[in-house]
Amino acid sequence: MKKKRLFEDAVHGIFLLLGLVTVGCVLIMTVYLILSGIPAIKEIGLFHFLFGKEWASTASEPQYGILPFILTSIYGTAGAILVGVPIGFFTAVFLSKIAGKTIRTAIETAVNLLAGIPSVVYGLVGMFVLVPGIRKLFNIPDGASLLAAIIVLAIMILPSIIKVSVTALDAVPREYEDASLALGATPIETYFKVSVPAAKSGIAAAVVLGVGRAIGEAMAVMMVAGNVANMPSLFQSVRFLTTAVASEMAYSSPGSLQQNALFSIALVLFLFIMLLNATLNFFLKRKKEN
Amino acid sequence: MSSIITTDKLNLWYGDTHALKDINIDIQKNSITALIGPSGCGKSTFLKTLNRMNDLIETVKTTGEVRYSGHNIFSKDIDVNELRRDVGMVFQKPSPFPMSIYDNIAYGPRTHGMTNKANLDEMVEQSLRGAAIWNEVKDRLKKNALSLSGGQQQRLCIARALAVKPKVLLMDEPTSALDPISTSQIEELILQLKEKYTIIIVTHNMQQAVRISDNTAFFLLGELIEFGKTEKVFSYPQDKRTEDYITGRFG
Repeated sequence: MKKKRLFEDAVHGIFLLLGLVTVGCVLIMTVYLILSGIPAIKEIGLFHFLFGKEWASTASEPQYGILPFILTSIYGTAGAILVGVPIGFFTAVFLSKIAGKTIRTAIETAVNLLAGIPSVVYGLVGMFVLVPGIRKLFNIPDGASLLAAIIVLAIMILPSIIKVSVTALDAVPREYEDASLALGATPIETYFKVSVPAAKSGIAAAVVLGVGRAIGEAMAVMMVAGNVANMPSLFQSVRFLTTAVASEMAYSSPGSLQQNALFSIALVLFLFIMLLNATLNFFLKRKKEN
Repeated sequence: MSSIITTDKLNLWYGDTHALKDINIDIQKNSITALIGPSGCGKSTFLKTLNRMNDLIETVKTTGEVRYSGHNIFSKDIDVNELRRDVGMVFQKPSPFPMSIYDNIAYGPRTHGMTNKANLDEMVEQSLRGAAIWNEVKDRLKKNALSLSGGQQQRLCIARALAVKPKVLLMDEPTSALDPISTSQIEELILQLKEKYTIIIVTHNMQQAVRISDNTAFFLLGELIEFGKTEKVFSYPQDKRTEDYITGRFG
């Protein structure tokens, strides 16, 4: 009897330990990022670092202003949301409420496949299809631009937006819709005036999730955005927060201000993601309460 | 009295299941008709046929006619949304929309094009008064409707149905989810509504049928077994099966 009890306790302990692995990883990364991110900010000055318009880490007089990266990340994400959310939202309404079984299955399969494609493949296709396409269409010298990144990101965030929105819309009680139809509202009126408002927390969560995916993406945008540290402009080559870290880390010398500044960029990115997570939790919590 | 809804050899199938068999019935204007019978007898199905809510189920097939004000509701030139405006419905489970009390009531009129704030205000008040809930909610019209009690929610749903000015109200066991006090409030309300509306109510509660209805229809296995004045059906049932049911021998 006692042996059994001991076994139970041991298993319990092991599970707890495994659960703590995740927590531990997050904690270690947070502490590590903060510790390695702060020195450069101290040296450069918070204001100069965040709002400096020039990044020239290898120049004889190096400049460490990351405003171009911050704005590029914000604009790029906002653009992707602007393009991706309407498409994703209407697709979700169609799948959840209008589409027949066969069509729904077909589209959902495609969405799941889209979600599974590695970002380097997005980057490749973007590089060889989208970038030349933009160059020809707008007659500019180089198609690698913020616009290309926005389009790639918009496609990449579609699966999360569609899937989370569909789940939210599917969960709207049938009674709401029946009651609306019984009042003489048409099905379309019912979906947009009753179902969508009832699912709004879930749809908002879907958008935040999309923002998180877009702002954290590095590989695909590095391949299509040209990766030059310009202030963002739609048809110019730009560099994101993520790609700034990824592209320079390989050749920065350990302990240099350049490398420390890259850690600081990672810290800024980390704070952005934390803020998003808090927003997401807020929406999900509100959804639960409803 | 003139009839407002007439069915003529109405048959309905869910896939292969023959759920309604040759139903012929005449519903009188400004009357309360109770539909009774054991679970699965077809009474709810019949109710949902009258405003074509059964259309929403894919496998449903109907034959025969339902005439509302003389027009066959299955005919191609009937706009089903217009029909549902005229023939309103209150469901078994109180189902207010997750929005404010005001917006719940204003939903129907807004959908049908009413935008003027003063008109909407008036319509909301009139509907809430009509459903005998105005005094309880008039100070909190902006509050979420889900904060109301079950009985209040159901009266709100009745008010919501009244706001599109229906002629007929279909009620599908509207009190089965409610406590006795809320139930008696709703029954009282239904009796008041009779003056302006024609009411068809599905109920499992035979005392309720006796208390409020003028006519009673007894359904069994998809057939309309007996239909007539409520006191006659309950005091002198013509069919043995009706008698067995109302005396509690099965059901």
